[in-house]
Amino acid sequence: MSDVALHRSDEIRAPALPVGSIGNQASGYFGVWWVIITEASLFIYLIFGYAYCAMQFPGKWPPSGPPELTLALPDTLILILSSVAVALGEHAIKQGKRARLTLGLVVGFVLGIVFVAIQLKEWASRGTTLASNLYYSFYFTTTGFHMAHVVVGILILGALTIWSALGKFDSVRNSPVSIGALYWHFVDAVWIVLFTTYYIVPRLK
Amino acid sequence: MARHTQLTQTPAIVTANAELAERLHKVWETEPGIKGFLGTVDHKEIGIRYIVTSFIFLLIGGVEALILRVQLAQPDLHVLSPEQYNQLFTMHGVSMIFLYAMPVLTGFSNYLWPLLLGARDTALPRVNALSYWLYLFSGLFIYASFFMGHAPNDGWFNYVPYANRQYNPGPNIDFYSLGMIFLGISTTVSSANFVVTAMRTRAAGMSINRIPILVWGTLTSSVANLIVIPAVSLAFFLLYLDRNYGTKFFQPQSGGQPLLWQHLFWIFAHPWVYAIVLPAMGMVSDGLPIFCRRPLVGYTLVALSTMATMAIGFGVWTHHMFATGMSDLALSFFSGVSIIIAVPSAVAVFAWIATIWTGRPVFTAAFHFFAGMIALFVIGGVSGFMTGSVPVDWQLTDTYFVVAHLHYVLIGINVFPVVGAIYMWFPKVTGKFLDERLGKLNFWLMFVGFNLAFFPMHISGLLGMPRRIYTYPHDVGWSAWNLITSIGAFLFAIGVLLLFHNIAVSLRRGKHAGANPWDGGTLEWAIPSPPPPYNFVVLPTVASRHPLWEDRLDDAPGRSRLDTGLALDKGRQMLGTSVVDAEPAVILQMPFDSYAPFTLAVGTTIIFVGMLYRSWPGMAAGAIITGIALLLWLWPGRLREGSPEAANEPPFAEPDHV
Repeated sequence: MSDVALHRSDEIRAPALPVGSIGNQASGYFGVWWVIITEASLFIYLIFGYAYCAMQFPGKWPPSGPPELTLALPDTLILILSSVAVALGEHAIKQGKRARLTLGLVVGFVLGIVFVAIQLKEWASRGTTLASNLYYSFYFTTTGFHMAHVVVGILILGALTIWSALGKFDSVRNSPVSIGALYWHFVDAVWIVLFTTYYIVPRLK
Repeated sequence: MARHTQLTQTPAIVTANAELAERLHKVWETEPGIKGFLGTVDHKEIGIRYIVTSFIFLLIGGVEALILRVQLAQPDLHVLSPEQYNQLFTMHGVSMIFLYAMPVLTGFSNYLWPLLLGARDTALPRVNALSYWLYLFSGLFIYASFFMGHAPNDGWFNYVPYANRQYNPGPNIDFYSLGMIFLGISTTVSSANFVVTAMRTRAAGMSINRIPILVWGTLTSSVANLIVIPAVSLAFFLLYLDRNYGTKFFQPQSGGQPLLWQHLFWIFAHPWVYAIVLPAMGMVSDGLPIFCRRPLVGYTLVALSTMATMAIGFGVWTHHMFATGMSDLALSFFSGVSIIIAVPSAVAVFAWIATIWTGRPVFTAAFHFFAGMIALFVIGGVSGFMTGSVPVDWQLTDTYFVVAHLHYVLIGINVFPVVGAIYMWFPKVTGKFLDERLGKLNFWLMFVGFNLAFFPMHISGLLGMPRRIYTYPHDVGWSAWNLITSIGAFLFAIGVLLLFHNIAVSLRRGKHAGANPWDGGTLEWAIPSPPPPYNFVVLPTVASRHPLWEDRLDDAPGRSRLDTGLALDKGRQMLGTSVVDAEPAVILQMPFDSYAPFTLAVGTTIIFVGMLYRSWPGMAAGAIITGIALLLWLWPGRLREGSPEAANEPPFAEPDHV
């Protein structure tokens, strides 16, 4: 770099640089944040639509009273636990503990499926469809959108579980785990907001 | 497979040489044949595809407009039936606003960004390829309705209740609803790619105060797209459910809210109209300095006003709804914001005028288009400012005055800069000049034709002519203005045809252009025309906004280094830099050609066709294809077979995960 002074240039710094997807340096990690921003916007617009219609609805809202918490409350806890399991797994692989990662992912995966099963049971117990009335149009569409995100998240956790078992990740190469986990936590956070909107807020009146 | 996990690399700093260039060429070249055609991830190839496809839609939309103008040239004509007229004006709007205006800018940004930023590709090249295929397929999806005789017929903003099933029983609106959700996915992934690219693949030293304005424009649009596209996708999805599955969102008899449609639509569509002009304004901000022989006046103000326009643009959507009966408070607020937004736009206009005023303009064809754009922007801006005022809007809404306004801003601030950009960057893309004499004729035909067509619309609007009527009586005083408009429209069309003629002629026997035909100052002019697949032999280090003008301007603390820098030749590699200061942070392993984006787009298309026919097996089949494509796409640490590297180098770390 003797010619640097000759050209009065800014020094060209070339330290040893990490190569490829290390930690949060993966482009996909940056990408998933923007996916989350756009998906979060979607749910904000859904809640906006719900509130816009609820405020102008002639008569009681929700028409059949606030939804029961019997199934939804435990289901919420299950989803939170699932997020915790995935987070512990992610934490473990940063220390190189591959078996714990696999375990965390499996637990997250199974709890995700339990969430879906309970949610389906709750849907069935309503005895209504999305065409029943305006409230149920919003209820099923919003929770349905969330359910679709949960299913995608479960598929992601499933793929990560397989890759983890195949030994694709170690203490350095684990960005897919971080990316998948981030998405899963987001799905979890969305549910807490929806749960509050649909199950808690109507009880506050 | 034996994974070779090389965690760090100290990149060699070398001087550009032919041997390195040849090696990079082999690594970065798109494969020949079908694999390359369907699997390319080269931003230049994708950019050109975007531009060509969008111009085909522009041409189709233009022909639709001409047919409309034939119908309106005289009172009481019956060239078209009312239903045909509805479908044509709707498809004209959809084609121009959604299938031309944004994709053409995406194409330019795709092609230019890595060259402007000193990189070898965008940050997520396969996502980029995916966005193109989704755009193409969604455009074909929407146009399939046209050839089946069931094109959307409710205008581009598609208001309910007319769009509801009971008033619009055909599949027309279903095509539009699903097509828009489909296209929204394309725009979303493309926007995410741009944002990540701007955040981390700039040349070393290109701190945020040295980024070309075009990049600021597209970046701002992309962030806005990510925030507002879900609003319109949701609106169209709810409408699709209302029409096909009996939900009540927009059904007033069940407590649904037709105005919810308007809110969701305009929450998206007003930021969108800024999104389809800000990158074009960036082209002018980057183009004028070249032809005025001086840096842009007020770089920082222009960059900030770009972002301010969008930030304020989020809060103006209800000015499209002033006539729907809102509270006085809402009217006052949104009217105020709609008027304030003129300020950042004016900042850009005055910066351009000052650049011309204090520069030494060279009157090339491109300069004509950029300067012409300023005039049209001012006229369109003033008419927009006028309708931002509630009482004026009440008088003029749904008249031809609004049609005049929107064409001044969309053609004025999108089409004119884009054509200017074609004249400016064509030599870079093809290595040949466009004909300058034809170019100036091209400009004057388009400029005169445009004003002849659209200025009289202000007057027919003030005379009370409503938009979207398929004909009008002879005794209301609109006939002469409409005839002038129709003549102007055809003149404008001849101007556009001249552009195509110029391109066709110049591709065959245009004057040879070197690396820097206009003596520009930014990085894209430092590399050969057309650029090689790898763009830069060594990755440049940047010390100012105009790396190629430093000797003349002498405004930088140091000197940019273009001939010596990081080689990064172990597979497809490029430099990842920090977000604000663009310090080298990571060496990115970039993906090779892949069928996955194309397959994913095919799967998505099948899902949407399934939704159109309400076929669960169809949707499921599409979902399975989509899922498999994603799984293969994301599979970690695949050996990149067939790559030149695989033969003699250990596979490096896995490609970047998306």
